[in-house]
Amino acid sequence: MPEVVAVPPGWAVLAVLLVALAGWWSASLDARVSGGGWSAPVAEVARLLRQRRRTLLAADRLLWRLGGGGLLVVALLMVAVVPLGRWTLADLGVGVVWFNAMDVLVWALVWMAGWGPNSAHALVGGYRFLAQAMAYELPLMFALTAPAVAAGSLRLGDVVAAQQESWFVLRMPVAFAVFCTCVVAFSVRGPFAAAAGTDIAGGVLAEVSGVDRLLLLAGRHALLVAGSAFAVVAFLGGGAGPWLPGWVWTLVKTFALVSVLVVAGRRLPSLRPDRLVEVGWVVLLPLTLLQLLVVSVVVVVG
Amino acid sequence: MTGTWWEAVLFWSLGAVAVAAGWAVFRTDSMARATYALAASFVAVGAQVLLLHLDYVGVVTVLMMVMEMAVMAVYMVMFMGMNPALMPMSMVHSRRTSIGLAVGTFLVLGGGALLVPWPTRRGSPAPDLTASLGEAVMGSKMLVMLVVSPVLFATIVSALVLALPRSRYDRLGADLRRRPADDPQPGGVGR
Repeated sequence: MPEVVAVPPGWAVLAVLLVALAGWWSASLDARVSGGGWSAPVAEVARLLRQRRRTLLAADRLLWRLGGGGLLVVALLMVAVVPLGRWTLADLGVGVVWFNAMDVLVWALVWMAGWGPNSAHALVGGYRFLAQAMAYELPLMFALTAPAVAAGSLRLGDVVAAQQESWFVLRMPVAFAVFCTCVVAFSVRGPFAAAAGTDIAGGVLAEVSGVDRLLLLAGRHALLVAGSAFAVVAFLGGGAGPWLPGWVWTLVKTFALVSVLVVAGRRLPSLRPDRLVEVGWVVLLPLTLLQLLVVSVVVVVG
Repeated sequence: MTGTWWEAVLFWSLGAVAVAAGWAVFRTDSMARATYALAASFVAVGAQVLLLHLDYVGVVTVLMMVMEMAVMAVYMVMFMGMNPALMPMSMVHSRRTSIGLAVGTFLVLGGGALLVPWPTRRGSPAPDLTASLGEAVMGSKMLVMLVVSPVLFATIVSALVLALPRSRYDRLGADLRRRPADDPQPGGVGR
């Protein structure tokens, strides 16, 4: 496979369009699986664009807007380092750490979205997300470390190149599974949607309306897409595949993974963040560390 | 390091952002805004480090600082009495002392920066700056680090053990045999 090359920044427009397309697919499939129609997102977007903004007493508008709109920005910044076939927007030497730093920004943003409206339910939602973040972040970090160790590089181009012989999902299935779980967790969806749970009147979504709500919901889908695209590059061989060009394969795999995560997320029951913390630290963290040990030993010996 | 002119402009602008955000920490009356103003200040510094081509250090600075501030949001509600964290409050404490300390520190550091004869560059930057920085910091000091880190870790663990009102005897009974443990907040594994 040829080297990954950086394209001029103007191509970012295409990246945004692709993320929007995949996010739209995620939203449509999500609506379909949860009993609505394929066109439900169209109606929802139209409704939210026309909806008036709800104003609240003593709301911290600055942090509220930052939190709601920021998720989409973070997702796009994640995608910036993910190569599409043999092109990438930013050929960053520390792409893996960049992705990690961006997903930590989600901590701050979801909490701000909960803090902003000056509403108890939303604040509880924000704190629920932080509790959940403490549970998933360390397993996520070590799951991310495994492909970087195997490739001997933090550059995503090198991580793809290292999967010439076999995809990392075969060599490190536990890291892949944990990573996918964490992607669903940082996109506040499926079993990890307690921060926006119906038991607290929608949590971080309780007060947000109109365009702000649209941005927040779109941000969640975009995060799922960005996480899936990263998983495709880090574990599923990136653009590797027969007949078709690399960029097509990257897109096909990303759409497939997004679909799996959306459907699985809808099928699984919701998890309480306080219980999740123990699962994360006592089960997932040792599992990922063991996986990392195996990968490291194979790298040193093999 | 010789950068282009726009790198210089960007660097100084980020410096201004970092200082302005740091100033905002003490001007705002909200704990949440102060927390994230501080985070913004650190993010600007992280971006400056990126401009120095220390990619890893820059990105990790952003990662650590944002995470730290998010965790601080948990602590500020957990431990602040009467929960002023959720109310408007002044971010300034012991005004006179702080101003004196801040001005003094600024003069010492700024004076040092201006008066110290800086060495001129010898040779050229290493191809991998992060690796060479790691070598420079850790290479000869590895033994110290190896000794310090377990001591630090042991300190954290013993501080937690001393601070916790409940011991393992409360959880597991006098003979440490009670299963599952008696926790006020049961975990998901059921230990």
